[in-house]
Amino acid sequence: MRTAEAFRMALEALRVNRLRSALTMLGVIIGVSAVVILVAIGTGAKDAIEDEISGLGSNIILVVPGQLNFQAAPTQSRLDLADVAYVRRVVGDPSRVTVSVQSGESMRVGRNEAFVTIVGTDENIPNVFERPLKRGRYLTETDIDTRRRVAVLGSEVSGQLFGDLDPVGRQATIAGVRFRVVGVYDKVGATFGVARDREVHIPVTTAQRLLGVQRVNGIAIGASGPDVIDSLGQKVVDALVARYPGEKFSAVTQTQLLGTIGTVLGMLTGVLAAIAGISLLVGGVGVSNIMLVSVRERTKEIGLRKALGARQRDVLGQFLIEAVLLTTIGGLIGIALGVGGSLLIEALSPVPASITLWSILLAFGVSAVVGVFFGVAPARRAGRLDPVVALRSE
Amino acid sequence: MTAFEAAALTRSYHLEGVTVDALRGVDLTIGDGEFAAIIGPSGSGKSTLMHLLGCLDRPTSGVLKVGGVDVSTLDDTRLAELRNRMIGFVFQSFHLLGRTSALDNVALPLVYRGVPRAERRRRAREALEAVGLAHRLDHRPSQMSGGEQQRVAIARALVGDPQVVLADEPTGNLDTRNGDEVMGLLERLNADQGVAIVLVTHEPEVAGRARRQIHVRDGLIERDVA
Repeated sequence: MRTAEAFRMALEALRVNRLRSALTMLGVIIGVSAVVILVAIGTGAKDAIEDEISGLGSNIILVVPGQLNFQAAPTQSRLDLADVAYVRRVVGDPSRVTVSVQSGESMRVGRNEAFVTIVGTDENIPNVFERPLKRGRYLTETDIDTRRRVAVLGSEVSGQLFGDLDPVGRQATIAGVRFRVVGVYDKVGATFGVARDREVHIPVTTAQRLLGVQRVNGIAIGASGPDVIDSLGQKVVDALVARYPGEKFSAVTQTQLLGTIGTVLGMLTGVLAAIAGISLLVGGVGVSNIMLVSVRERTKEIGLRKALGARQRDVLGQFLIEAVLLTTIGGLIGIALGVGGSLLIEALSPVPASITLWSILLAFGVSAVVGVFFGVAPARRAGRLDPVVALRSE
Repeated sequence: MTAFEAAALTRSYHLEGVTVDALRGVDLTIGDGEFAAIIGPSGSGKSTLMHLLGCLDRPTSGVLKVGGVDVSTLDDTRLAELRNRMIGFVFQSFHLLGRTSALDNVALPLVYRGVPRAERRRRAREALEAVGLAHRLDHRPSQMSGGEQQRVAIARALVGDPQVVLADEPTGNLDTRNGDEVMGLLERLNADQGVAIVLVTHEPEVAGRARRQIHVRDGLIERDVA
């Protein structure tokens, strides 16, 4: 018997038992679409976070006091502006080093009020971070030196307080102190849940006086290239430890963040795929079950086919192809649903979903293998049926 | 040439530790183009004999040659091929595939012979015409009478040009008129095409229409009347 013939026969058998075939496929369809959707969500989450991190800018090193530990509360900073000047000397290029002093404050313009993140920083922000301006100017060295009360607004803050008006040159009040707006940033989105469009940048010196602190929260360095990031970070940490013996400092790079988060999310994706894989396996057991029932139910048909000259391998092939068709057709439908579902999730929900080719190929491959694996036992049983016994069965 | 040649043929079954001898040493020769009836009461071993002749089962001992070939030398695959080429089956309960057209039912043996689809359909159509069912090609078994269904089964037995047609109680499920028609058809095939017919029945009237009656009782041939 030719293979094409066997496929025709198997399709015919599936068509004849439409409802049963559809229900059997359902298990595979659910399993495959679950694999595709869950992997898409896992990958989407990973992509989104990687985008956020690289959206900060390139080659950034964050220098923070204490040991980097995601579980512990941030260590109380002991760094001040003198330390920043020291780090600038260590780095060699002062314009590649910037600083931040942060606090949440309320900001008012007339009756409008917004709760914003005040970031005391300096003129080097654009040298380190990806932070394009929409209007006006960045902070300048003179702003810092003369402790001017000027502010550069994040795009969301600008919208909340000034609406469609151009805020540059207008006044705003932060914690009761009057500031003049000199610039507005472009929209940049959020990083790690930090809404950077809700930030207001003011000179670090002004911020220290406003908040009554001498400390800075962190120092950020823009390395000149990706190959010097690690060595420069280590150099700065070593220099700070030399300055403050017995204390600990950490240099955090984007690569480290990407590595840690990538590993965690990769594991998460794997776990999701495994759970979906189990449902695919259950679908496979369903196929096996139905094929066994089918062999029993069609015993007489098998006996007849054998009497008419079907060889053992013809009957085995027929049932195996039926099982494989059930799972691969189910697999294709599952892929279509999975891709459609992923696109729907991406479009309609805040959950990012990114469809990956490997999950599609894997899901399809597994469903085909499941068909062969779970189809073999029933098909062998069918092939080995004794024609006399099979014909006699009622 | 002989269709079947059996010598000292036995067949025993082991059922839950009990051995049942269904055939206890049968010597039988059926020549080409013969029309023979195997007749006997139920439990006589006539069905067992037919299964052996049809290569659906293997003897416990003895020699069986089908078309001159000793079946004990054939493996399952060769045996299936032998059935396909040499033997046409007609069963008491027709055994047609339920949701398949008459044409495709008749073409089925040719599928296992690897005959291309177009030729299969042509030959199946001819076979159906030969049994007077040219107008029923696309009908399913459920849309046909018992007599028509048995004629489809006969067309299926004939489509592969077998040497022998083995008919197991072919009239058993039919009324007298349809049974008569089926017997007439078998007689015509035997006379016109020279196909050997071996009929298994317990009805003396049916057996009487064959040219030779082989009476089986208790696993042995009791009488062989030509």
